[in-house]
Amino acid sequence: MKWTFFHKLGSPKWFYEISGKFYPWLLFSGLALMFAGSIWGLAFAPPDYQQGNSFRIIYLHVPAAILAQSCYLMMASAALVSLVWRMKIADIFISSVAPVGALFTFLALFTGAVWGKPTWGTWWVWDARLTAMLVLLFLYFGVISIKTAIEDANMAAKASAITVLVGVVNIPIIKYSVEWWNTLHQPATFKLTEKPAMVPEMWIPLLVMVIGVYCFFGALAIIRMQNEILLRERKTKWVRLIVEQSGTR
Amino acid sequence: MSSSSLPFSSVMKAVIVKELLTAFRHKQELMNPLVFFTIVIALFPLGVDPSPEFLGPASVGLVWVAALLSTMLSLDRLFQNDYDDGSLEQLVLSCQPLYLLLLIKAFVHWCLIALPLIFMAPLLALMLHLDASHLPILLLTLVMGTPVITLIGGIGAALTVSLRTGGVLVSLLVLPLTIPVLIFATGTVQASIDGLPVGGHLAIMGIMLTLAIILSPFASSAAIKMSVSN
Repeated sequence: MKWTFFHKLGSPKWFYEISGKFYPWLLFSGLALMFAGSIWGLAFAPPDYQQGNSFRIIYLHVPAAILAQSCYLMMASAALVSLVWRMKIADIFISSVAPVGALFTFLALFTGAVWGKPTWGTWWVWDARLTAMLVLLFLYFGVISIKTAIEDANMAAKASAITVLVGVVNIPIIKYSVEWWNTLHQPATFKLTEKPAMVPEMWIPLLVMVIGVYCFFGALAIIRMQNEILLRERKTKWVRLIVEQSGTR
Repeated sequence: MSSSSLPFSSVMKAVIVKELLTAFRHKQELMNPLVFFTIVIALFPLGVDPSPEFLGPASVGLVWVAALLSTMLSLDRLFQNDYDDGSLEQLVLSCQPLYLLLLIKAFVHWCLIALPLIFMAPLLALMLHLDASHLPILLLTLVMGTPVITLIGGIGAALTVSLRTGGVLVSLLVLPLTIPVLIFATGTVQASIDGLPVGGHLAIMGIMLTLAIILSPFASSAAIKMSVSN
């Protein structure tokens, strides 16, 4: 098997060109789905029989939480690729999406606090899943800070990849240990293996929101990666060409 | 591995001797974690509440958090001297399994830093009004838990050894990863206080120790290679 094709995937120039084609589609579908899902969820979904209208924050909380977690897993896959095949693009992905992941984690914690106040009567409890999300936020901060602390790009790539991988080994351990420690949170809303416990009128808009947020994340990742590529490859000919063209336009 | 390389046992001996020599030539650095440990413990009665009703239930957690922080603060010593004088680079180049060498270094470091803390812990726990009958189980969790912290912390120390701004960054990287150790260690002692069986808790701590011994040297040797490559 020829590996040249695989390595071509990792070239920043190739990625810059191909991802530019996906970007408008992802951005458009992400915004459209998020718009439709939030209108549907906030205005048309039936209110919860126990929590009333306050449950509607689920349409922001659950997508943010799902994305916060899966963003770290994506970073871990990229870290493995970055360490094993030394692909620049994998490292560019990590540095581009780490702040986005931290932001989504913060959003999940914040909306959770807002939701907790009317439901549990308190902004914050030291519950297992809340604590695990807080630890996830710390892990994101760790990745971001090691990335910024090291100036040499090659070293920063390796160091952050190791940090991400060490973190991902620990995530299940942290998750289970805090779960045994204390739990108050309701179980996960979506499980791949089971039918959701909510009625379809409630979970379909939620699913639309989740897909929309994923598309939006994809668009965000692409535009951030493109920026990072332009910055890192600023001395190459093809980047100069792009900059000159956009300057004359 | 080249045939002319030294046998592993002599390299191992050299590493241990060097570790002990540098440690005993900087005796103050061995004292610092102990003093820090004591001061942190003393802050809680002063800052929160000196009554036995508060300190008794909180004592296990306080001793553990203080031990965690003291171990953390001494971590930058683990590789810093060796990095500065170049012997870390020699270890990487020595054709010996870096995995085992780092494990040995972590063990010696644990003996020098964490063991004194463990000997000190009963005294401080008694000052915090922990019932003396629970001291053995507290010590057992410390003996099983602090090596995990040293090993995980070693990864952070290896990642940041070549950086000027080491200290806080190591804690930021490593402290979140040590949370399970803290949870299960304090959980073990709490179970013993409540009169529950502690076997399951100890088994989980044993798993964490085993996993840390097996996995963390992989990460720290990758990090060391990264740090000295520059």
